Amino acid sequence: MVERRPVMTVVAHLILILGVMVVAFPLFVTLIASTQTAQQIVQQAPMSLLPGSNLIETYRIALFGGQTGYGSRIAPVAPMLWVSFVSAITIALGKIVISLLSAFAFVYFRFPGRMLCFWMVFITLMLPVEVRIGPTYEVVSNLGLLNTYAGMTVPLIASATATFLFRQFFLTVPDELLEAARIDGAGPMRFFFDVLLPLSATSIAAIFVIQFIYGWNQYLWPLLVTTDETRYPIVMGIRRMISGGDAANEWNVIMATAILATIPPAAVVLLMQKWFVKGLVDTEK
Amino acid sequence: MGALSFRNVVKDYGIAGRSNRVIHGVDVDIRDGEFIVIVGPSGCGKSTLLRMVAGLEEVTAGEIRIGDRLVNDVEPADRDIAMVFQNYALYPHMSVFDNMAYGLKIARVPRSEIEARVRRAAAILEIGDYLDRKPRQLSGGQRQRVAMGRAIVRQPQVFLFDEPLSNLDAKLRVQTRLEIQKLHRELGITSLFVTHDQVEAMTLAQRMIVMNRGVVEQIGTPEDVYLRPRTTFVAGFMGSPPMCLYPVQVQGLVARCHGLSLNLTQAPPAQGELIMGWRPEHAVPGTSGWPMQVELVEMLGAERLVHGRLGDGVCVVRIEAGATVPAAGQTIHLQVAPGHLHWFDPRTQERIGS
Repeated sequence: MVERRPVMTVVAHLILILGVMVVAFPLFVTLIASTQTAQQIVQQAPMSLLPGSNLIETYRIALFGGQTGYGSRIAPVAPMLWVSFVSAITIALGKIVISLLSAFAFVYFRFPGRMLCFWMVFITLMLPVEVRIGPTYEVVSNLGLLNTYAGMTVPLIASATATFLFRQFFLTVPDELLEAARIDGAGPMRFFFDVLLPLSATSIAAIFVIQFIYGWNQYLWPLLVTTDETRYPIVMGIRRMISGGDAANEWNVIMATAILATIPPAAVVLLMQKWFVKGLVDTEK
Repeated sequence: MGALSFRNVVKDYGIAGRSNRVIHGVDVDIRDGEFIVIVGPSGCGKSTLLRMVAGLEEVTAGEIRIGDRLVNDVEPADRDIAMVFQNYALYPHMSVFDNMAYGLKIARVPRSEIEARVRRAAAILEIGDYLDRKPRQLSGGQRQRVAMGRAIVRQPQVFLFDEPLSNLDAKLRVQTRLEIQKLHRELGITSLFVTHDQVEAMTLAQRMIVMNRGVVEQIGTPEDVYLRPRTTFVAGFMGSPPMCLYPVQVQGLVARCHGLSLNLTQAPPAQGELIMGWRPEHAVPGTSGWPMQVELVEMLGAERLVHGRLGDGVCVVRIEAGATVPAAGQTIHLQVAPGHLHWFDPRTQERIGS
């Protein structure tokens, strides 16, 4: 009960249900739309909220391409899913590796210019890819990395947020652990791999989820560096299906593609959730 | 072999030498197999000294030798030492077995040898049943034993203990203290034990190093330190309740202090301004003697502590539980045998006489 007034409980529940509906309703509509045919969507205004019977056909066309009832050619989405997946994984793993090593350097080593480097990393938080898009494009183009996975992922790999998160975590590791490892004869890299990395597993899981979704959602940068249709990530694919002007849009296929685009990040979050919880339940000392 | 020696060891923190000197020239020789306790209040430099032996702190000046080898610039792993930390410092993600084996694994000791050593140490410490568990599944006392096991398997020349009992509860502390003594008797490895607890120091030490503010006040056996403290600091630090220390004016056989004239049965080693001290258990209540106003009596079980005033100064006397209990407000008369009186020079704070 809220403040011992049952009315408040009802009100609280209503507000929460409203919130859930605001978030979930669009997804629901998308899913329903992907089960109908394009004619059904367009002809019935407002669109029927009952599932249609076109589910398999719609998803088949979306994934593998083909001719639709309207006669338009749909590019297969499956390769785009793969491109998105590869670049998201590359970005996430790349960010983790680089941030782990730089946080390790900042916390456990003394070197001239250490604080300067640290503040420089901090300042790059003000430089998301959108700000530096011109020069970055020029460099990538000069290196001949257009239309490649490298061109899509490398400029996005350095991460200040991940570095800070790992740094904060490393600062919580007790000094005695390092001293015990030193007495045991572990050098810095040995300590890194044998002690620090296993202890960081939950932080790594958390950062992986965040960065995977970040990489998956990248739109502006892939738009610039790819011209080859086979190298488009799925978020670009969705956009390209919506052709402005006279041509009729195959809304059911577009909705199906949107659903397909949300599945992998959702899967990653659900899978990694176990790791999060595991790390929270087993309090290490 | 496992002997340890300090030659004028000095430690400064900060730049330009004299900024912050925490250890002022320590000179000690420790024999092979000795159990040495470094005891002193917080901030006296005892942990810093231990860490310099371990190699975790730099030596500003002076020499530290382990078994005749100068180790000032040697890496901790190469000094042939093992350390037990106050917070155990076990690797949380490794099993007990892996925790103990880690150092040996890095040293590329063959697998069979590692197994043998770990199992032997586990048997000595009775943790054989826990070898597959993780540290978070163990109690504090068990974790400390694993930490000791990790030290034992290295078969070092010197054991270093950094206040290992401070994180344990009182009962466990006594138990682990006995285990450490047993271990020392069995293995006979030179040990350096740091603590702020004088009971631990008295019970464990073969010899004690009493430190205060970076200076060694006295080195000696527990008896030496307790019965013949070299300075007023040692006199007041060792023993609980602490020694009563009074500044007195001695003329002939009369000591004047706190507004009282106390009669002495024997002439003290010097006259004039002195500091007189005696331990609570050496003041015997009787029919005649120094008058003490009783304020409070504490019951400890096997004995009682009588708190009161001698003139203007406070005083504590220890009496047997069976003896007559004085009431608050009563005046009792104390006698202290001359052999139990300690005399100190008020300027140097050092002991006068034997």
